[in-house]
Amino acid sequence: MIKYAKSHEWADINGNEATVGISKFAAGEIAGVTMIYLPEVGQEVTAGEKLCELEGSKSVEDIMSPVSGKVIEINEELDSNPELIDDDALAAWICKIEVTAVADELMTEEEYEAFIK
Amino acid sequence: MAKRTPLYEKHVELGGKIVDFAGYDLPVQYSNILEEHRTVRNDVGLFDVSHMGELLVTGKDAEEALNYVLTNDIRGMYDGQVRYSLLPDENGGAVDDVLIYRENAEKFIVVVNGANVEKDAAWVESHLKKGVGFENISDKVSQIAVQGPKAKELIAKLVKEEDIPVKYYSFKPCVDIKGICTYLSRTGYTGEFGYEVYCENKDAIALYDILLEAGAEFGVKPCGLGARDSLRLEASMPLYGHELSDEIMVNEVDLDFAIKMNKEDFIGKKALEAHSPEYSRIGAKVTGKGIVREHMDIYCGDEKVGISTSGNMSTTLGYPVCMLRVKKGFEDKVLEADVRGRRVALEVVQMPFYKRAK
Repeated sequence: MIKYAKSHEWADINGNEATVGISKFAAGEIAGVTMIYLPEVGQEVTAGEKLCELEGSKSVEDIMSPVSGKVIEINEELDSNPELIDDDALAAWICKIEVTAVADELMTEEEYEAFIK
Repeated sequence: MAKRTPLYEKHVELGGKIVDFAGYDLPVQYSNILEEHRTVRNDVGLFDVSHMGELLVTGKDAEEALNYVLTNDIRGMYDGQVRYSLLPDENGGAVDDVLIYRENAEKFIVVVNGANVEKDAAWVESHLKKGVGFENISDKVSQIAVQGPKAKELIAKLVKEEDIPVKYYSFKPCVDIKGICTYLSRTGYTGEFGYEVYCENKDAIALYDILLEAGAEFGVKPCGLGARDSLRLEASMPLYGHELSDEIMVNEVDLDFAIKMNKEDFIGKKALEAHSPEYSRIGAKVTGKGIVREHMDIYCGDEKVGISTSGNMSTTLGYPVCMLRVKKGFEDKVLEADVRGRRVALEVVQMPFYKRAK
């Protein structure tokens, strides 16, 4: 099930593996992703702390990790084509994380929709 | 509270995301900045640039009086010509950068940056000699920029051929667009073919609607300040507060074409004569991984040799570009930018970064 963080990332958590990206709302606010600094495979990440950075058409944005754990795979396609995030933020996953802990207060899609209203 | 242009409600209706810019509530984007950027490069976009100011300078001594407050020489312009100039202060810095419109020998319009209208109006008025007419008409005038290769067909649909200015940096006064009196100017801030259309505030919404409707078949889109900034960057056009300021000598910004040291006295001339340039404005392509934006430190080895003044991804070229202010002598050296603590490689390139095919 897809869950959302207040900092506008999504995590699709299946067992101990989470696929992570940014929300459609966040992509809209960024108004054009021009570059992403992907995390590295093997990188340890902490829920609520910086996962990586992303350059938008106006400014650079921090992407926070919705879960704690270790990065096990990255979406290298975004390296050459970061606009995939604009096209479909839910399909354009950033990385997969082997989860050790999930951030408190992750929201369901419904809750997130209400949160961004 | 920020001021609103006559088109404010229009922007909201069109889904514009409103931000405070130059003291005005203006749309930074309507949809996606990159898409709006491409629209201008490939088709045609509309920008509300009514925040720009207009100063009217009139009288038989208007030319001579204006020439004293400008770095460029406006003598010898023809009626309907536009010329770029800096507005210098006594120290050789810039009060602003401006466009001078000569309507006739006794009527000039100075177009100034939105953020500087009050400052420029006070400055120009106080430095014009007595007997010259001066009026700040900024609050009466709206401006819509129609930019992109298809601007030509769009305007041709609406305006009689003899009323369309042909030459770059020329304009026609009192041009009728469906009953609206406009000033039609072959100028722009995007590096693309285009026009800037001035009208009275009361006509702004009607004119905007006319342009949107006439442009529908050419794929016209409303475009915001975000695309305006990324477009001007590709064209290497300076932006006041970035490449220009009162703390940057105007002979250090690669705009010497607009500084006529040989003309008679003008404000700041003595300071400029006494100042041999210590910095250059240069352009660079970012070859390392990163986006170099404004105010990042530029290094040659361990030595800090300047700063970036503007920078972003070039949507058209597919790589990031930036403009730099670096110490003289380092223009051809190996340079790097400090992007949040990481060194990112640069390659100095010719400006403009993007030049439209003619």
